[in-house]
Amino acid sequence: MLRGFWLAIGLLLLSASVAAEDDVQFVVVADPYIELHTGPGSGYPITQIIERGQQVGILKRRTDWFKVSSPDGREGWASREQMQLTLQPSGKPADFPDAGREAFDKRRWEWGLLAGDFGGATAYTGFGSYRFSRHLAIELNASQILGNFSDGYGLSANIVHTFVPEWRASPFFSLGTGIIHIEPKASLAQTPDRDDQTAIVGVGVSSYLSRRFIVRLEYKSYVVLSNRNENEDVDEWKAGFAIFF
Amino acid sequence: MESRIRNIFLNIAGVLASLSLGVANVSAQESGAAPEVINPAVERRDIDVAAIDTEDFEITGFVGLMSVEDFETNLVYGARLGYHISESFFAQASYGRTEVGTSSFEKLGGGAELLSNRDLAYYDLSLAYNLFPGEVFIGSKHALNSVVYVIGGLGSTDFAEDNHFTINFGFGVKVLPTDYLSVSFDVRDYMFDIDITGENKTTHNLQGTLSIGYFF
Repeated sequence: MLRGFWLAIGLLLLSASVAAEDDVQFVVVADPYIELHTGPGSGYPITQIIERGQQVGILKRRTDWFKVSSPDGREGWASREQMQLTLQPSGKPADFPDAGREAFDKRRWEWGLLAGDFGGATAYTGFGSYRFSRHLAIELNASQILGNFSDGYGLSANIVHTFVPEWRASPFFSLGTGIIHIEPKASLAQTPDRDDQTAIVGVGVSSYLSRRFIVRLEYKSYVVLSNRNENEDVDEWKAGFAIFF
Repeated sequence: MESRIRNIFLNIAGVLASLSLGVANVSAQESGAAPEVINPAVERRDIDVAAIDTEDFEITGFVGLMSVEDFETNLVYGARLGYHISESFFAQASYGRTEVGTSSFEKLGGGAELLSNRDLAYYDLSLAYNLFPGEVFIGSKHALNSVVYVIGGLGSTDFAEDNHFTINFGFGVKVLPTDYLSVSFDVRDYMFDIDITGENKTTHNLQGTLSIGYFF
């Protein structure tokens, strides 16, 4: 039984590695040589080189590092900057784009975390946003609220409009709706949990920082549509980071 | 008459047969010559960067010990998901659980229970910086890649019927036996405020874990 399991695992790994072998792509070294590090980072030592004219197979990529192999079996990690100096089989220079400003302009997805103040309580928001045009994005927010007197959760969907996407610090406006769940602390007088709908208006600034990072600052005004006599207004201030794809 | 017609047909068949053989010969020659003619064209395809296998995500399972202030040191276990942003930075989401022991108040108090539920669960979202990349050596023949990282972040701890705003920071040592497997030893301090022992205080809850990760 156990042997069968390990056999299955072995076969799976074998088939995975065979599949990986099939789609290896090649470039040709154009500089006098490229340096191979032992790991995917400039801090790892350089132990080998591949000389000019040699074919380099690209096995995998981690961040801006490429694991490559030469026909005689040398393997190591080359930086994107070095790979940029190789030639494609057609003779054209190879281009491995940087996750930089250009990629930022073409981004579709953003994932981030904001932390800040929600009506006097500490709050976190995790968000995922999908940009379907240069100016417009749809965004889902999930928040946790940690207060002195009550805790809670919030979920909301928002439409985000970025006025001038080409500015480095780019202002945006958002409009959304969601639900909020508030639980008063157990140690305080018994008041029931509440689930209310929210309407949310927000403004903020998001800015490309470097590489895959975006920094973001926002203010949101919540109207909590409670079933009590009056609706509640809550101010929220948050700052945080996002990564984009 | 009949024989002449048959001869004609036979001749036609013969010509057709020789033609088709000839064609077969030619195509055999062509396929013989093919490697020189066709292969360079196949190899001349341009690099498709999107098709390169990227391994920026790392999923990790961990077990370890967590010392929950006033409530003894206990087994903790959980999972982490990391995203490697650059060679220096990675972001990581963690979820962990432990069951806390008894406080000295509960031991000495003769059956008085401070907690109705002894489970503690936390999550955090943290950012780590790969401080010291390098290698570890096993004997004289094996070198494994390694890295020492510092990590810190925010999260929430569900403990004593309440959620507590939690800050964590710490460091870890990661060793990579292969490109896609990692083994880490991670030490972190999870700090949150709690008033269960009679005063509102900031507790330091130290956690040491051993984990195995897989890059994908």
